[in-house]
Amino acid sequence: MIEVVNLTKRYAGHTAVTGLTFSVQRGELVGLLGPNGAGKTTIMRILSCFMPATSGSARVAGFDVFTEADEVRRRIGYMPENNPLHKDMRVRDYLKFRARLKGLSRTRSRERTDIVMQQCALTDVSKRMIGQLSKGYQQRVGLADALVHDPELIILDEPTIGLDPNQIRTVRQLIKDLGGNHTLLISTHILPEVEMTCNRVLIIHEGRILADDSPKNLQKVMSDGGQIIAEIAAPADELRACWELVPEIEHYDVAPSDGDYFRCSLTPRAGADLRAQIFSIVCERNWKLRELTHSRHSLEDIFVRVTRADREEEA
Amino acid sequence: MQAYVTLVRRELGSSFLSWTGYVVVGAVVFLLGMCFVNLLAALNNTDTEQPLLEMFYSTYYFWLILLLATPVITMRSFALEKSSGTFETLMTTPVSDKQVVFAKFTGALIFYTLMWLPLAACIFIVRRFSNDPSALDPGAMLSTALGILLLGALYVSLGCFASSLTRNQIIAAMLSFVLGISLFLMSFLSYAFAGDNSILARIFAHVSLIEHMRDFARGVVDTRAVVFYVSLTALFLFLTHRAIESRRWKS
Repeated sequence: MIEVVNLTKRYAGHTAVTGLTFSVQRGELVGLLGPNGAGKTTIMRILSCFMPATSGSARVAGFDVFTEADEVRRRIGYMPENNPLHKDMRVRDYLKFRARLKGLSRTRSRERTDIVMQQCALTDVSKRMIGQLSKGYQQRVGLADALVHDPELIILDEPTIGLDPNQIRTVRQLIKDLGGNHTLLISTHILPEVEMTCNRVLIIHEGRILADDSPKNLQKVMSDGGQIIAEIAAPADELRACWELVPEIEHYDVAPSDGDYFRCSLTPRAGADLRAQIFSIVCERNWKLRELTHSRHSLEDIFVRVTRADREEEA
Repeated sequence: MQAYVTLVRRELGSSFLSWTGYVVVGAVVFLLGMCFVNLLAALNNTDTEQPLLEMFYSTYYFWLILLLATPVITMRSFALEKSSGTFETLMTTPVSDKQVVFAKFTGALIFYTLMWLPLAACIFIVRRFSNDPSALDPGAMLSTALGILLLGALYVSLGCFASSLTRNQIIAAMLSFVLGISLFLMSFLSYAFAGDNSILARIFAHVSLIEHMRDFARGVVDTRAVVFYVSLTALFLFLTHRAIESRRWKS
């Protein structure tokens, strides 16, 4: 669906995107993840034919975004950052106006307007002025606009920015529901969002792709460094001696917690799950166990690690 | 074509959805009314050989309306879309830059034409209540309307151009006001060179808006003036198109 090869965008003075190459298959739900200023918006603006790249090529549904912009525009629904809308129009009129602008016939635009209003739960406010709606509603109007011509590819730039938690939940659910029939490209700097909605993540930092995988795989790759945390009430030397004997433990650390308890951080050798073993050890020796967790790396850790590693490399 | 019509309708709609449209129409009605009353008072006192519409042109009311209203009508066209970000949603629909520029221009020009409708009421009143039917010759009225339209097209295209250069409506309005008033003041250069037969004098005679208008009001449609207005309008539309397109230039 998207084919990006060696894409570079230079603004006067600085380079926003450097030699980017990636492709997205039909039906994928891809999250562009990166800190502010990483180049996410630039990538989206290029893909939506708002501005051209300095070099390299990008194709959407087989059409070049620079030379065949009209064909590409017909096939994408794009919601820019901060979701700009004509605040002086009524919801229904706005959506109809946008549908007509995107080349739908009069009857078809009426049909599609009704469909997307239902899809985005806007039917109740169809006659209200957009400027008077709450931010959550406005966001849904923006989404409805992106969907109104039934595009093959939907590009959403920071779709949940500035919403309250409830509104975020509804918008995310909407995005997830869309995933079945459309190809989606979402940018965000909120990690749980990608974890929740996308089936593929591209981590972007300073205009380059640092990681490209599914959220699960990324976690798996990174979880090699994951730890088991156990809080056990037992004499410290006995604990240490015990961990020495377990061959699956690569590294351990015992730190005093409150009372008789010690906090043991155990690093297992690759792939091993120590939890059952620890539990039986504790039972055998009649120790007391009050916590046993596997600290899995969240995307957040991965993100921080990946972007920081990059910075250190440069240094 | 469909996108063009949709955009023109949106442009016109937005003029009447916001206060600016009504403020402009209100101000124009007020100025026209003042002008009408003043002219009537003058006519009641003294006889004149001048056609009525030419008298209207020679008042400063006409130029005041033209110079003040057009920047206000056009200042929003591109600047507002840019500052509110809707420019991005507009430019990512399958609509060409040319269509957008023409639609903005057409919308503003239609509004400008509607704005002059009160003048028709003034003319109707004069025709209805004056006992001299020759005061308003239909031919002269038509050419006057053409003059208003051509001059308006020029000033609206100039305003669109100013608006396409910035994302700030105030700057857009000031810029088009400055450009517009400079163009208007060139008329006086032709008077400064009057009687002179140098190249400069002939050039300035061609760009004298006041002289052009006098011709139109007398019922003289000079093709040189028509070409002047149409080509300048085309030039400013072309420049607007370039300014809009410039974001897609590869550096």
